Amino acid sequence: MTDAARPARQPPLSPHVQVWRWHITMLSSILHRVTGGALYGGALILAIWAICLGAGPEAYMTFMTVLGSIPGKVVMFGLTLAVFYHLGNGVRHLVWDAGLGFDVKTANLTSVATLAFAFAATLAIWVIAAMTGAL
Amino acid sequence: MSSYRTPLSRARGHGAAREGAHHWLAERLSAVALAPMVLWGVFGVIHLAAGDYQTAVTWLSEIQNLVLMVIFVAVGFWHMHAGMRVIVEDYIQKTFSRVSLLILNLFVCVLAGSLAIFSLIRVALLGGAL
Repeated sequence: MTDAARPARQPPLSPHVQVWRWHITMLSSILHRVTGGALYGGALILAIWAICLGAGPEAYMTFMTVLGSIPGKVVMFGLTLAVFYHLGNGVRHLVWDAGLGFDVKTANLTSVATLAFAFAATLAIWVIAAMTGAL
Repeated sequence: MSSYRTPLSRARGHGAAREGAHHWLAERLSAVALAPMVLWGVFGVIHLAAGDYQTAVTWLSEIQNLVLMVIFVAVGFWHMHAGMRVIVEDYIQKTFSRVSLLILNLFVCVLAGSLAIFSLIRVALLGGAL
């Protein structure tokens, strides 16, 4: 008379590091999430910058002093890396969404290329920052 | 007749109702918008890091910088909310923790994003220190 109860729908679980062997595409996938999480913090720092700017010169100078300190610069360097990695890997995801670059060889190659781009772009930006007196 | 259940009842909860692509598409669209804006933003940071309070006020008072900053914050905070939502949905399985974190994520993004946007507009319109 009645249907059997529907089976509970189990959400699919993400591949786990104890299940999957390490490979470069796994690293690039994990880094996309890690850098995304870091940029969450970066966006909040951007919001604090805007709020301090709105609060006036004293608050703004305090903010700039904190960000210009050594720990502040370390955070900003990390955020630069995160921005360029997430940007590069984001473009990689968009190419995948177009249905391209899925074969293993290309996926491995673009993993390395994205990492190389992130480091190269970060270095270039910090050299430009040093030359323009931003440090 | 083996069942009193309607076909509709069996179909419910078993797949997309032409709305599933919305979230996916919006995440991609925001990514496409953010890609050029984040490059512009990086050079903005370099410019502002070299200057003082007045540099920032002058920079923000230029209409293209203000508009781009407001769009950047709005799209960026939308994108980061979507990303963090997926992370929470993937890793947090207990319903209470999951729902709490999803609500916290939404509230943090809306509050911080709104504070940032209204601060930016106020500085640009009033020309800095009150």
